[in-house]
Amino acid sequence: MDPAAAKLIGAGLATISLAGVGVGIGQIFGSFVQGALRNPAAAPKVFGNVLLGFALTEAVALYALVIAFLILFVF
Amino acid sequence: MESHGPFEQFVIHRLVPIQIGNVDASFTNASLWMAIAILLATILMTLAVNKSALVPGRWQSVAEVSYEFVANMLRDNVGDQGKQYFPFIFALFMFILFCNLLGLIPYSFTPTSQIVVTFAMAAVVFIGVTIIGFARHGLHFLMFFVPQGVPAFLLPLLIPIEILSYLFRPISLSVRLFANMLAGHTMFQVFAGFVVSLGLLAGWLPLSFIGALYCLELLIAFLQAYVFTILTCLYLNDAIHMH
Repeated sequence: MDPAAAKLIGAGLATISLAGVGVGIGQIFGSFVQGALRNPAAAPKVFGNVLLGFALTEAVALYALVIAFLILFVF
Repeated sequence: MESHGPFEQFVIHRLVPIQIGNVDASFTNASLWMAIAILLATILMTLAVNKSALVPGRWQSVAEVSYEFVANMLRDNVGDQGKQYFPFIFALFMFILFCNLLGLIPYSFTPTSQIVVTFAMAAVVFIGVTIIGFARHGLHFLMFFVPQGVPAFLLPLLIPIEILSYLFRPISLSVRLFANMLAGHTMFQVFAGFVVSLGLLAGWLPLSFIGALYCLELLIAFLQAYVFTILTCLYLNDAIHMH
């Protein structure tokens, strides 16, 4: 296979991990809304943790981005 | 007009070339914007509490809110023993926050989008926390890598995993901040390219998207400073209280 084509395919494959991140972020906010509707009084207290979880999950997507960039521009 | 690729904004230029032996210690645009961030943060905090009043004015409120935010974070995560590390944590938070926010000004430079900068900060945190752990607990700190309540035959498997995950902390800490900034700014540039290529007819669509993206990036700029600081607090807590 042409190495340039293989590079593009590899970078595209690296973005598959976004599926997991999408599930994760949906899970975080979905659970938060569920919990917040059950006990609205406790909702403000956990919102900091929600944002932390969101940022940590989003970072996983960005690791994939870094790997895609590495494949495209370093090798 | 010269063409701008999405990565051109991250290129480092030498402003004042300085060469010490084999080390290139030039004053670059990254150094310039880090200096601006430190200066602005210092000026803001100093002027805000210069004429401190019992009933705070606008600027004093900004200073007090940011102080309380970091102080609460430290107290909730580390406890009273973390109080002596407050100056470092607060400086870290303000520096990252100002770097991130200043980077959002068009045509400015984001120092936190350089892996060198973020990794240097993460390495300082990692080495410092490890030294604190050994200084407080001596060699007993090595027990940190031995998970409790685990059957003995699993330990040869779990101890290397614990050590590896500990060693990966500075990498994940630095790459998280760096990749967030890199991705956000690259996305701006890509959408700005769409605006130009779609022209007057449809160009307003990506333009409005940039507006929405900008709000998200403001949130991310704050959030990443928060995440970096809170993880530093958690690592500090690990070193001080172990399990």
